[in-house]
Amino acid sequence: MKHTLAVEAATIGYDERVVVHDMTLEIPQGAITTIVGANACGKSTLLRAMARLLKTTSGTVLLDGRPIGDLPSREVATVLGLLPQTPVSPEGIAVADLVGRGRYPHQGWFRRWTHDDDVAVEEALAATDTLDLADRSIDELSGGQRQRVWIAMALAQQTDVLLLDEPTTFLDVAHQVEVLDLLTDLNRRRGTTIVMVLHDLNLAARYADHLVAIRSGRLYSQGSPAEVVTEQMVSDVFGMTSRVITDPVSQTPLVLPVGRHHSGPASGGDDERSAPDAPLPADALR
Amino acid sequence: MTATLTTRAAAPAPGALVGAGRHARARRWRLVLVVLVVALLAVMLLTLCVGERSYSPVDVFRVVLGQHVDGASFTVGDLRLPRALTGILVGIAFGMGGVMFQTMLRNVLASPDVIGISAGSSAAAVVAITAFGISGPALSAVAVAAGIGVAGVIYALSWRRGVHGTRLILIGIAVGAMLDSVISYTLSRAAIYDVNEAMRWLTGSLNSAFWPVVRPLAVAVAVLAPLATVLSRRLSALQLGDDASTALGVSADRSRLVLLVVAVALVSVGTAAAGPIAFVAFLAGPIAHRLVRGSGPLLWPAALVGALLVLVGDYAGQHLLGLRFPVGVVTGVLGAPYLLWLLARSNRSGGSL
Repeated sequence: MKHTLAVEAATIGYDERVVVHDMTLEIPQGAITTIVGANACGKSTLLRAMARLLKTTSGTVLLDGRPIGDLPSREVATVLGLLPQTPVSPEGIAVADLVGRGRYPHQGWFRRWTHDDDVAVEEALAATDTLDLADRSIDELSGGQRQRVWIAMALAQQTDVLLLDEPTTFLDVAHQVEVLDLLTDLNRRRGTTIVMVLHDLNLAARYADHLVAIRSGRLYSQGSPAEVVTEQMVSDVFGMTSRVITDPVSQTPLVLPVGRHHSGPASGGDDERSAPDAPLPADALR
Repeated sequence: MTATLTTRAAAPAPGALVGAGRHARARRWRLVLVVLVVALLAVMLLTLCVGERSYSPVDVFRVVLGQHVDGASFTVGDLRLPRALTGILVGIAFGMGGVMFQTMLRNVLASPDVIGISAGSSAAAVVAITAFGISGPALSAVAVAAGIGVAGVIYALSWRRGVHGTRLILIGIAVGAMLDSVISYTLSRAAIYDVNEAMRWLTGSLNSAFWPVVRPLAVAVAVLAPLATVLSRRLSALQLGDDASTALGVSADRSRLVLLVVAVALVSVGTAAAGPIAFVAFLAGPIAHRLVRGSGPLLWPAALVGALLVLVGDYAGQHLLGLRFPVGVVTGVLGAPYLLWLLARSNRSGGSL
């Protein structure tokens, strides 16, 4: 069964501070959606709200058309998986046991560990190429191996929708590509809907079916990478002069930053960042 | 592409490889548990048989089965048996409560006897006894309520958009120090005709462990220990961090609250029975962790290690050290160096279970 995820007029924030303003977004089913934007633009916050880790101040996140906050958390966990940005690995735990925790939502008070769970764990390990690490302690693994094990845990959950918050942080470029290839496999073979936040605009453009650009908590543009990634978008969203060419490898847009020390297409390359527009409060000088 | 296609041909049946590893770990875990239970029974038998006067195991068994044996019926049946049972039950309560705290807050230092929760129960009990003359089950209730109250205060004081382990530990240590001074003050003002009683609330002791202490304690542990066992799944989800826990359908805040109440209740019930026996809650988890080495959950291994610590500590304090020491002094001597070592080490690496 296919599940749908959508954000409807959502405003999201911490305490008084609003981070995401009035966001409406429909996640295309069975596709890879990638969210990009500058640091602190609210992209992780948006993803956290979609994963019900944060409540929306107003508006809703809809899973299969129902507000996600109203659904039982365990039921949601069988449909929607998440790889958090900084998961904690318990000291000394075996890799297979850690991945096995992804089976929790499928087990109840009475239905405990079964053969199906073993099969699911083994599949997840095989898919992330970590099967030969199964009985090793997580403490012995490298950063890249660990990240693949965490992805394996999310895979063992066998959800139709998978959210990932910067799955390629801490990884070198080869491992980044490996992880993104793996997610693409998952999407192409099982039709898993994938939503992820990525820092690297070029990798995002290469791997996304649907790209969402966010600027200071608001939707800037969305669509196919070819539609979204333009010199204008890079300038508006990242505040950076660039040239966009076609990636000779993947035929997707490729962003080349210009910077201050190299000549770009636009003369006088340094764009002026907008000055703080909020005037000082009247009593600030008192 | 390569990832899924290179699934090893060596794997005989799907799931078999993972299953085999899992079974091997489960065997190791069960072995640790069996060894701990056997050790516990052996030490218990020793404490029942050997003391100022020694009795044969046969006599001891007859007493335990309810038969009358001259001399042994009183010494073993009324003195040693309730003492041993109290030791075991208190050890289980401290071991479980301690490891729940340490796992939940992902820090070994977050043990209830380090962060002032035992001190809260103690302080309330001392005030209740000396000022209001409360005793029996009512005293246990007061100690439990105070433990939960202090835990709530520490939790609230360290709350700033979620609870951060280190902040909670520092605030807990400060609250604990304040409560310790309340205990000292109350004891110094009260008429102390029983040094044992004072020692019990300062370091913990089994000197007043008679049958009326055992019964309510046994009931409380019989309710709380299974509850903790059922909740241990939530505990191991929470261990992965709040976000991962929620992603697995285990709500972090709600789980933490429930686990906290059960853990505090365990520790407080133990404290009400035998005082804050130093460092048992703190040591049981790490020792169990060394034994189990990632092969399974720590809850019951830690409970049994706690029981062993109390029983061995009490026996050593009674018979092996020349002078008679309360059990808390012995466990304190064991625990303090470990605490120092841990503080020195975590300065460099930041430790957790």
